[in-house]
Amino acid sequence: MPLTNQLRDDILASVPNLRAFAISLSGNGDRADDLVQETLLRALANIDSFQPGSNLPAWLFTILRNLFRSDYRKRRREVEDADGSYAKTLKSQPSQNSHLEFEEFRAALDKLPQDQREALILVGASGFSYEDAAAICGCAVGTIKSRVNRARSKLSALLYVEGADDFGPDDTVRAVIGGGGR
Amino acid sequence: MKDAKPPTNKGGLNAEIQSRIGHQLRAMYDDVVRQGVPDRFAELIRKLDASESTSPQVNNAGDFSAKNDGRD
Repeated sequence: MPLTNQLRDDILASVPNLRAFAISLSGNGDRADDLVQETLLRALANIDSFQPGSNLPAWLFTILRNLFRSDYRKRRREVEDADGSYAKTLKSQPSQNSHLEFEEFRAALDKLPQDQREALILVGASGFSYEDAAAICGCAVGTIKSRVNRARSKLSALLYVEGADDFGPDDTVRAVIGGGGR
Repeated sequence: MKDAKPPTNKGGLNAEIQSRIGHQLRAMYDDVVRQGVPDRFAELIRKLDASESTSPQVNNAGDFSAKNDGRD
């Protein structure tokens, strides 16, 4: 369909979610914004192929996801974010208390296989249905479900089992066993 | 979703961990969502739009920031 004002505004309204997806995938704020920019350019260049009435965010996420994967292998070494530059992209820093937890979480997320990470983010954070996530990733619904499940159990192993040794048992174990410090 | 009153018995441990993971994931994600649309993207769309359609269309939906494309 042609680019109407409404469609343009809807695309722009998707930008915050596209950025969050891109940052969650890449762990790198600058790279994420480049990805979003590329996504918008692609989307506008191919706007005629967008089916009116279909799911615009899913269409945009598909473009971003494919762009990310197409040069993921090339870039994977340069985009490693060992010093946590991701955290610096946040305007509202996590509170001091939760900062360590946030860093741990980010590090654990980065350890997931790509397929599992994207499935978990799409379903668990972006709020897509399993069906939409499957369409975005070009795989079966059952595949998405199993990736999400594996992602969750791997994260829980990394954060709440292995992580207890790596980062100090006090916070982690107390949070889990004692039910958090609140 | 409530984050109060986590179960401390054995059976609830996994559910509690899953709930914490879900919470952390969304907190990380929503931190970025809340940053809204950076100027560079609004600018980009505006430029592309201007170069594409020279015929003036009335813009009656200028308030993009108020939308959130379906997420709660």
